[in-house]
Amino acid sequence: MTSPVPRRRTWRAALRRDWQLYSLAVLPLLFFVVFRYLPMLGNVIAFRRYSPGGDLFGEYWVGLRYFKMFLNDPSFWQVFTNTLIIGGLTLLFCFPLPIVLALLLNEVRTRWLKGFVQTISYLPHFLSIVVVAGIVLQVVSVDGVVNQGLRAVGHDAISFIQEPGWFRTIYVSSEVWQTVGWGTILYLAALTTIDDDLYQAARVDGANRWRQTWHVTLPGIRPTMMTLLVLNIGTFLAVGFEKILLLANPLTYPTADVISTYLYRVGIVSGSFSYAAAIGLFESVIGLTLVLGANRLSRRLVGTSLW
Amino acid sequence: MVTRGYRAFQAVNAAVLTVVVVVTLFPFVNILARSFSGEREIRSGQVSLIPRGFTAETYRHVMSDSMFWTNYRNTVVYTVVATLISIVLTTCYAYVLSKRRLKGRGVLVGIAIFTMFFNGGLIPNYVLVSSLGLRNTLWAIVLPNAISVFNLLVMKAFFESLPVELEEAAAVDGASQYGTLWRIVLPLSKAILATMLLFYAVSFWNSWFAGFLYMDRQELFPVTVYLRNLIAGATAGVDQTAASDSALQIAASIQAVTIVLTMLPILLVYPFIQRYFVSGVMLGAVKG
Repeated sequence: MTSPVPRRRTWRAALRRDWQLYSLAVLPLLFFVVFRYLPMLGNVIAFRRYSPGGDLFGEYWVGLRYFKMFLNDPSFWQVFTNTLIIGGLTLLFCFPLPIVLALLLNEVRTRWLKGFVQTISYLPHFLSIVVVAGIVLQVVSVDGVVNQGLRAVGHDAISFIQEPGWFRTIYVSSEVWQTVGWGTILYLAALTTIDDDLYQAARVDGANRWRQTWHVTLPGIRPTMMTLLVLNIGTFLAVGFEKILLLANPLTYPTADVISTYLYRVGIVSGSFSYAAAIGLFESVIGLTLVLGANRLSRRLVGTSLW
Repeated sequence: MVTRGYRAFQAVNAAVLTVVVVVTLFPFVNILARSFSGEREIRSGQVSLIPRGFTAETYRHVMSDSMFWTNYRNTVVYTVVATLISIVLTTCYAYVLSKRRLKGRGVLVGIAIFTMFFNGGLIPNYVLVSSLGLRNTLWAIVLPNAISVFNLLVMKAFFESLPVELEEAAAVDGASQYGTLWRIVLPLSKAILATMLLFYAVSFWNSWFAGFLYMDRQELFPVTVYLRNLIAGATAGVDQTAASDSALQIAASIQAVTIVLTMLPILLVYPFIQRYFVSGVMLGAVKG
């Protein structure tokens, strides 16, 4: 019973049978088209002259002018370097620490104690970034607890939020404080799925706790680790835009300013939309390339892939 | 078989986890202590875990600012409207995506997933929202973030876990697809709907950047922007040596009070909602 035009025939049948389902998808699709895909197209203003309040897609073509502009802009390369450093430090601390904490929590045999530590450590995740920034600024302020500690050991107070040399430490510490506890969730979930027989077998082979962790536990959570690593690498360049916007000030820009905060100031504060859009497009394309590359590498090396 | 080495490990582990708990809680207690302390005591660096020069006057001062309440009410309104719209859109799309036999499903899933890895970026979004005339309206906060793809996938995973027979039985009984969703599926989905409600409500409650970007008038700000401006003002004040000492003192305790009042609703419901978040993330992880 093959029909001559199977594609159209089945689409018509599908529509007749499932039109109610398709109708449910209309508004969500409208959302994706208008607020997700239209802005992607809106990136053409990176190649076109755009004047604020003018046409959404700009006035006329200028080719790669804005790309050449930022590639020759020393401030761009400074924020690019800052982004790599802050992104690298964030990855270095915020990727492995949840694994360590999850493994430690997994060894806790008292159930309520484990639950208690989890509940407390998840808490900072639920706060607004503005609240976190507010807390950070108070804790490291000249009269804050960190400086109280310094004074107690006879050290002079440090004006942390105005010192470029301290910004990265403050930023990464606050990221660790906010994200490590919540980051354990997926690992704890993966840990519960490891077959107990594997541990039994390891014990029969004479493996102690440490070797069991190394040979059974870690391989068991490896797919989760790889997935999160790939996702982390994908968001590498988009490092903590909102938090840096809140914590940085002109005095700390030499170390704090990253691509996203720079393009915010150039674009929205100063009104160079096309120039900023070119930087943004550059950032998005690198981000997409990184996630695709990391995913391919992960699939080849350990057989884990996002899709 | 409990070896000595393992017992030593347990002791070290307990110590490490204690440090984790203390370090996590310390800043909260510190802010709370500052919020109840006198301005002079904060300024001279005396406040750590216990309020010094105890006063509730700062709370009265912040709460007597009518702009604070206007902005607080804005946050409530924005959160309620945004959460409702988000849940309706997410539920509809997730239900459609959960129908494995649906023609074109792969494309519909792909449209959503692709946006997780590539987005238009700040500038085109800003230009779009501005040219749609959404500035200074609630819609600038609600619409651009109406569907979180992560939440969508969590909900899709839940719908896929429901037994197919239920809906087949409904279809045999002559229920329409709308009717099946409304009368059969949704009543079984109360737990996931509660989870979605919390996911969205907390994220909208906490959001500040859309309000900061798209609202030009103070009376339209959410409370997070109120707090942001307070912090930014205080930080800017530190840069200017001209700023008077008393202004700075007030800024410190007022900041602490505003921080406490902004996070209070989250802290109050947190013990009750935490497990919903955990189960929601687990459900999403099954897919991830």
